[in-house]
Amino acid sequence: MRYLPLSETNRRDMLAEIGAGSVDELFKDLPKKALASARFDLPKTMSEIEVERALGTMAAKNMNCAASPAFLGCGNYRHHTPASLDYIIQRGEFLTAYTPYQPEISQGTLQAIFEFQTQVALITGMEVANASMYDGATACAEAVAMACRVTKRNQALISGRVHPHYRDVTKTQMKFLDVDVECLAPDPYGVEDLIGRLTPDLACVVVQTPGFFGHLSDYTALGEACHKAGVLLVVCVTEPVSLGLVKSPGAMGADIVVGEGQSLAGPMSFGGPGVGLFATREKFLRQMPGRLCGETTDEDGRRGWVLTLSTREQHIRREKATSNICTNSGLIALAFSVHMTLLGEAGFKRLAELNHATACDLADKLEGVKGVKLLPSAFFNEFAIALPKPAVDVVEALAKKGVLGGVPASRFYPTYPELANVMIVCATETNSAEDQVKLVTALKEVLS
Amino acid sequence: MTLPATASGHKGLQFEQNLIFEQDTPGMTAVDLPALPTSKQRLGDVKRSGSIGLPGLSEPEVVRHYTRLSQKNYSIDSGFYPLGSCTMKHNPRLNEKMARLPGFAEIHPFQPVSTVQGAMELIDTTARWLTELTGMAAVAMSPAAGAHGEFCGLMCIHAAHDANGQAQRNVIIVPESAHGTNPATAALCGYTVESIPANDEGRVDLAVLKAKLAEHGDTVAAVMITNPNTCGLFERECIEIAEAVHAAGAYFYMDGANFNAIVGRLKIADLGVDAMHINLHKTFSTPHGGGGPGAGPTVLSAKLAPFAPVPIVVKAAEGYAVEEHAGFGAAKQALGRMKGYHGQFGVFVRALSYMMSMGADGLKQASGDAVLNANYVMARLSSELTPAFEGPCMHECVFDDRFLKGTGVTTLDIAKALIDEGFHPPTMYFPLVVHGALLIEPTETESKAALDQFVTSLLSLARKAKEGRAAEFQAAPQLSPRRRLDETKAPRRPVLRWTPPATDGAKQAAE
Amino acid sequence: MSVRFTKDHEWIKVDGKIGTVGITQYAQAQLGDIVFVEVPAAGKALKAGGEAAVVESVKAASEVYTPVSGTVKEGNAALPDAPQTVNEDPQGAGWFFKIELSNPGELDGLMDQAAYEKYVEELSH
Ligand SMILES: Cc1ncc(COP(=O)(O)O)c(C=O)c1O
Repeated sequence: MRYLPLSETNRRDMLAEIGAGSVDELFKDLPKKALASARFDLPKTMSEIEVERALGTMAAKNMNCAASPAFLGCGNYRHHTPASLDYIIQRGEFLTAYTPYQPEISQGTLQAIFEFQTQVALITGMEVANASMYDGATACAEAVAMACRVTKRNQALISGRVHPHYRDVTKTQMKFLDVDVECLAPDPYGVEDLIGRLTPDLACVVVQTPGFFGHLSDYTALGEACHKAGVLLVVCVTEPVSLGLVKSPGAMGADIVVGEGQSLAGPMSFGGPGVGLFATREKFLRQMPGRLCGETTDEDGRRGWVLTLSTREQHIRREKATSNICTNSGLIALAFSVHMTLLGEAGFKRLAELNHATACDLADKLEGVKGVKLLPSAFFNEFAIALPKPAVDVVEALAKKGVLGGVPASRFYPTYPELANVMIVCATETNSAEDQVKLVTALKEVLS
Repeated sequence: MTLPATASGHKGLQFEQNLIFEQDTPGMTAVDLPALPTSKQRLGDVKRSGSIGLPGLSEPEVVRHYTRLSQKNYSIDSGFYPLGSCTMKHNPRLNEKMARLPGFAEIHPFQPVSTVQGAMELIDTTARWLTELTGMAAVAMSPAAGAHGEFCGLMCIHAAHDANGQAQRNVIIVPESAHGTNPATAALCGYTVESIPANDEGRVDLAVLKAKLAEHGDTVAAVMITNPNTCGLFERECIEIAEAVHAAGAYFYMDGANFNAIVGRLKIADLGVDAMHINLHKTFSTPHGGGGPGAGPTVLSAKLAPFAPVPIVVKAAEGYAVEEHAGFGAAKQALGRMKGYHGQFGVFVRALSYMMSMGADGLKQASGDAVLNANYVMARLSSELTPAFEGPCMHECVFDDRFLKGTGVTTLDIAKALIDEGFHPPTMYFPLVVHGALLIEPTETESKAALDQFVTSLLSLARKAKEGRAAEFQAAPQLSPRRRLDETKAPRRPVLRWTPPATDGAKQAAE
Repeated sequence: MSVRFTKDHEWIKVDGKIGTVGITQYAQAQLGDIVFVEVPAAGKALKAGGEAAVVESVKAASEVYTPVSGTVKEGNAALPDAPQTVNEDPQGAGWFFKIELSNPGELDGLMDQAAYEKYVEELSH
């Protein structure tokens, strides 16, 4: 077994040192009955080549977005990642380190987290950001929990333009706590009134921009109304590339910004692992969940970094902690940060422009397809279209033609027949003009 | 020999490295992008104005930056990392290669299910390994890490009690030695936590537990016990504990962070367990990545299985399907959704790659070697250090600080001195029930020679402490990229992000 | 004017109807370097034994309970910016809050200096 360095001689010598007759003797505390009855109907050890064959076969059964034109978004995006990114995150010193509990020998991870926190704060327009959460959806749930702690209120309102997974995860996480979560109906036309629903009992309103159906909205007025009512404004961002081109949530008056960083961090990987972004205002610092890295100095007066403000966390505060999170998404946060560093201000803005221009180009083309109607007017790289027949069928038919054309809204809202014909389409810099023509041609065929 | 001062601040191969924000060449980028298509903008009125404040660097500068940062990290690839409870075993690169196959990496969570049958098969196969290794009825695959798996398990328990008209059950009993996530998770479910002390052997005292169960009667929702526990010991009376818990109408949650010690030897279903999370990033070798990501699939007994969160992969004659909505089909009683998409898919690929590589026989050998290594380290160190409990231990051994009594040296000092010796320190001051604890988990992927080197260093430090050379410890570490950092200053005046230095003009204006 | 102590290591010094509350020398030493203090706002009504303030070091966090019932007159505004004062002078400048006692009889249930010293001595064994 290639991963086990002990030889039989080693094992014998070690047992002698311990004074045990066999390895089994070391397991004498385990119940005899359970040991005796255990049978495992599982394969035996395999060589690398056999594992590669078996998993390669499984992988080959999937239609992958690198090999087929794909226009899928809804919170998970395919972007190009520079080659140096994957090289950097595969360096063993990053990949195979634990959480930086020993700062003297973890300055690499710590400095990278400090840079990540700064980048997230800058693009969201907030004052502080943490070292990451599991994903955007769980970050959203944590934001609602935090808003309840800050305001000492226990009601939350979630917009119908928030990603349904974010909504569902938040509802689930609040299920057994004394928190009422009101979720508005899906809002594909961007018409819901949130300001009119504010009450003095609300802890927070949760919105998303760009919205689940693609809308770009300015929530500045909502933010002002929230603050008058003592309500926190939570803004979700599922596509952080948008922040290179559109007004930041902070500039709109957000109190907490949560998001998913996968889009900049790397492969979609069927939706996980991602990285939850979490940023807020400095005055709420002590109510934040998750790890924080802070600047300090060492005994020689040199600048360095440590995990700090840990008394908020489970290993110290236990049942009074702000969250139970321990392992987070360190490596994906690093990937996010490396990509942001590679892009820089100029590259980040340009990537956002390129995405928007590509999506506008596709929108123009789709508007020319008979029977297709675009729903929102302003969008970033994703928009919803109404089709003349059920989107599920269209998507299946497109897949048969080798195109992953979009996501049917009914996948998320099976009980809303009015959404049956709505498909959400996304275009990024990875979609070439030829890809777009393939989609348009295939769609015309499917709809004719 | 004193080290020479250098003009650069670098010391040979140890580089000082500024923040990226301090390396800014305005306008520079390491990413060249193709030309924009011409199309009219559809941004409405939300265009960003002004600069964001991100620095510009070229590709060589970025690669050098992160290479230098990486060199300031200790990692399993570079050395022995006996961090107790964290299972820092070798992370095979085959796992990384498999996760990067385009058929796994380049698939979208909302592709038509007919186009991702291989992904469904991967999830289902991983699930089958986990249920077969544990003997449990089902597994909820979506939890993102151990703590998230605890949350999943306790929520299933809550939902089951509610469904059975037992909504009054609101107490979770947890040993004092538990990891912090256990009580924190209980609180997230709206439960109150009752602690029970460990006995002199470092284990749960069955009589004390029974008394606690009797005291709280029909308000106990579950008992949460780590097994092997955080002292590295197997709870011998585990089956009796389960019986007592069930007799009280409560469920038995087992924290499976230490499953690596027993994998391939027995099935935890035979211990009477109702729910247990498995940290794939511990037992099944997926990398910790400097803090994550992990995955915490949670195995469930038949009683709890109906409440498992969505999504649920369903195997049918015509292929795989997935139920993504609670209240429907296979997810009729599901408690809801805990995570976006399909869980930590990329971590499943890595874990399955490892499990297939090891096989059932290799996994049994791995738990055997892990326990052998821990007992060997314990035996060899016992000449100078003071084990907190009698052995044999499981995959980790814990020492208290009696051996340091009167030396003026603390557990922390020993840890920092180990850094100068070239080792990552063990977990310190955890579990809380052991005074000045040093929790050592060697894992099975260390050779005898590596263990011997570590033992030699630690023994020499123990002797040094006893010889009254405390002053040498207080200066440690001296050979690492940084010496002891001021952890008091950081929270008193938190600096959690870089901000541009005030320009001379602004400084003058302020004065 | 006498000082009284609780088992949770708070002290209270009473002058007329006003009591000044802080944590003891022993408590500050157990916590180590204090990095954060939150004191109650004036006007807050507290019940004996209830949570009144928070004190944190790098690796520990603890609630400060009020030894007596009453209304907070003043929180020590200097502490949040200089939490180390609690380490330097726990029973002087490091006081947490002043409270107007609503039930001075509660003082009788607290330890005096000698009893507290004995209590601490027992704890360290
Ligand atoms: C005993 C125990 N329980 C739970 C956890 C939490 O697991 P995770 O960090 O994956 O959330 C850990 C990990 O540190 C642990 O050691």
